[in-house]
Amino acid sequence: MYRSNVLVCGGTGCTSSHSEQIIERLNEEIKAQGLEKEVNVIRTGCFGLCALGPIMVVYPEGAFYSRVTPEDVPEIVSEHLLKGRIVKRLLYQETVVDDNTTKSLNETTFYAKQMRIALRNCGVINPEKIDEYIALDGYAALGKVLTEMTPQEVIDLMLASGLRGRGGAGFPTGLKWKFAAANDADQKYACCNADEGDPGAFMDRSVLEGDPHSVLEAMAIAGYAIGASQGYIYIRAEYPIAVKRLQIAIQQAREYGLLGKNIFNSGFDFDIDIRLGAGAFVCGEETALMTSIEGKRGEPRVRPPFPALKGLFGKPTVLNNVETYANIPQIILKGADWFRSIGTEKSPGTKVFALGGKITNTGLVEVPMGTTLREVVEEIGGGVPGGHTFKAAQTGGPSGGCIPAKLIDTPIDYDNLIAIGSMMGSGGLIVMDETTCMVDIAKFFLEFTVDESCGKCTPCRVGTKRLLEILNKITSGNGTLEDIDKMEELCYYIKENSLCGLGQTAPNPVLSTLKYYRDEYVAHVTEHRCPAGACKALTNYTIDADKCKGCTLCARNCPVGAISGTVKQPHVIDTNKCIKCGVCMEKCKFGAVVKK
Amino acid sequence: MVKSIMKSLAELQAIRDKARGSLNIRENAEAQTRILVGMATCGIAAGAKPVLNAFVEEVAKRELKDVMVTQTGCIGICQYEPVVEVITPGKEKVTYVKMTAEKALRVVNDHIVNGNVVSEYTIGANAIGAK
Repeated sequence: MYRSNVLVCGGTGCTSSHSEQIIERLNEEIKAQGLEKEVNVIRTGCFGLCALGPIMVVYPEGAFYSRVTPEDVPEIVSEHLLKGRIVKRLLYQETVVDDNTTKSLNETTFYAKQMRIALRNCGVINPEKIDEYIALDGYAALGKVLTEMTPQEVIDLMLASGLRGRGGAGFPTGLKWKFAAANDADQKYACCNADEGDPGAFMDRSVLEGDPHSVLEAMAIAGYAIGASQGYIYIRAEYPIAVKRLQIAIQQAREYGLLGKNIFNSGFDFDIDIRLGAGAFVCGEETALMTSIEGKRGEPRVRPPFPALKGLFGKPTVLNNVETYANIPQIILKGADWFRSIGTEKSPGTKVFALGGKITNTGLVEVPMGTTLREVVEEIGGGVPGGHTFKAAQTGGPSGGCIPAKLIDTPIDYDNLIAIGSMMGSGGLIVMDETTCMVDIAKFFLEFTVDESCGKCTPCRVGTKRLLEILNKITSGNGTLEDIDKMEELCYYIKENSLCGLGQTAPNPVLSTLKYYRDEYVAHVTEHRCPAGACKALTNYTIDADKCKGCTLCARNCPVGAISGTVKQPHVIDTNKCIKCGVCMEKCKFGAVVKK
Repeated sequence: MVKSIMKSLAELQAIRDKARGSLNIRENAEAQTRILVGMATCGIAAGAKPVLNAFVEEVAKRELKDVMVTQTGCIGICQYEPVVEVITPGKEKVTYVKMTAEKALRVVNDHIVNGNVVSEYTIGANAIGAK
């Protein structure tokens, strides 16, 4: 029996800031103090507050340590674990109350508004121990399904719950299962899409790293419901920690007989294998993903036939996203009414978002559907740092669009986001402030889709390339008003004619920025000016002669010798020589260098 | 590690119950009563560690879910160590002094479970000058 549990985040974010070394050091120090029988060190999944990583939580006190370094470990062990004195300087500021007491994590603004269903075990259990998952009702849903319910009852429950696909499109999960169940075949498949590719999105990775068994359990449930005996998880090779934990989880589930033949003596067989993706964005599209599992080049094909009829190896297949699966065991155990009581009428449940960009609390949050963007950004996210103001949020990655500041009170659900020209997407949420140029953002996403277009269909392969060329023309100051109109027309053409979801949604970043920030496009074209000061070709550095003291610091630091002037006299920047690196502005102590 | 293949829900339930105990300590939200064991240098020197472990084990054994055992620092009465404080919301704090593992078991039984303060172990009964 351990008297203290030390939970250290082993998600990718914290691992990249040395949480592995912290765990090693902890074990050494604990041994040196003779506490190894009293203190238990556990590597967990992501806590969500990645901005403050590496994160360590010590129970029973619930002390939440942030930005821990391996050098802090001896102090934590000798002070807190041995003597019970919480190391206050390392506590997450918001949890400090007074003397020796701390506030519970759930009372901090970051966690208070969250509701964790898909992430419920992340940061709570050791993902490499199946017993800990079982302790928190793991595999009870599979047990219930196999011993008490018929496949049809499972499908009816999923339909009643209203769960929609968390991969982005929001198709009802129950309906998908119903179609696949209705098609007879000698072999069917239940697969998991873990090919998370949107820039800035890491929800699925965190679920797999923190709670891999929830996905395995749900896949087995899906297999039972549709009559499949084999499952595949398609995951990108860039997620090594998630892959490793999945392998361990599959192995442990097989040892317990929770995967394999005749599970719970019910006669139901189900096993899962992992297939690694090489990181092509298009392989997140369902038909391309299945083509890739088959061992072929990952390219999409025409639908119909839909996967429910002809999917993997030409057999009926259900393909759900990681986060969708992570919700399912809870729905089975707690019922459709419970799930429907959360979120909105048409989008029940919660959604996980990966907060990134210009936001204080970078990290992972799970909120009920219908939470407003303002609550997510300003309250949970802690607002925009550095005294800047919120300009827009980008959801849905390269397939989505932006939500401008004026719509910040929009409740987030599938239908509302589509209505305002964005989409839920898999859950990346990138926050932008007034220094972000919307044309530049559209260009960033277009560069991504041009790179990732598989090249099979012309509208996507050539169309996105032409779009990017026009955007480059505009951001370099050579665009015309006709270009903007032509670009808009091309966007609709690509949307309507592309083969798969990649091309059909690729113009969305351009269309939504055009919708809300057309004036910025126009300013680039007619005034040769970037209102946000982000497009290099359109900004010029000048020196305000009234403020310049003639200290020569800028001239000495200019890498191209573009600044001239004599000591104690105002200096001048030669705009022909200037490469707009911004060093002069950084160095000037008097704020005399201005960017226009 | 060779594990047996489970064939019934009862076997799953058994693993669940067994693993559950070690996880309870990670949820402190429902803890009502707090047992604070003084674990500063003075406390440890006087033998606070076996006392702390005795409390942890006894509380776990009795499955007292609303009780949290934790360490605290020196409260300044080093001559009375090991010192243990029991804090129950709405009640006066009870301070036990010169504790041992055996005394700890009695405190859990009499005080924590049955609500009767073990007055002979308290600071009041043991203060210098008191009889």
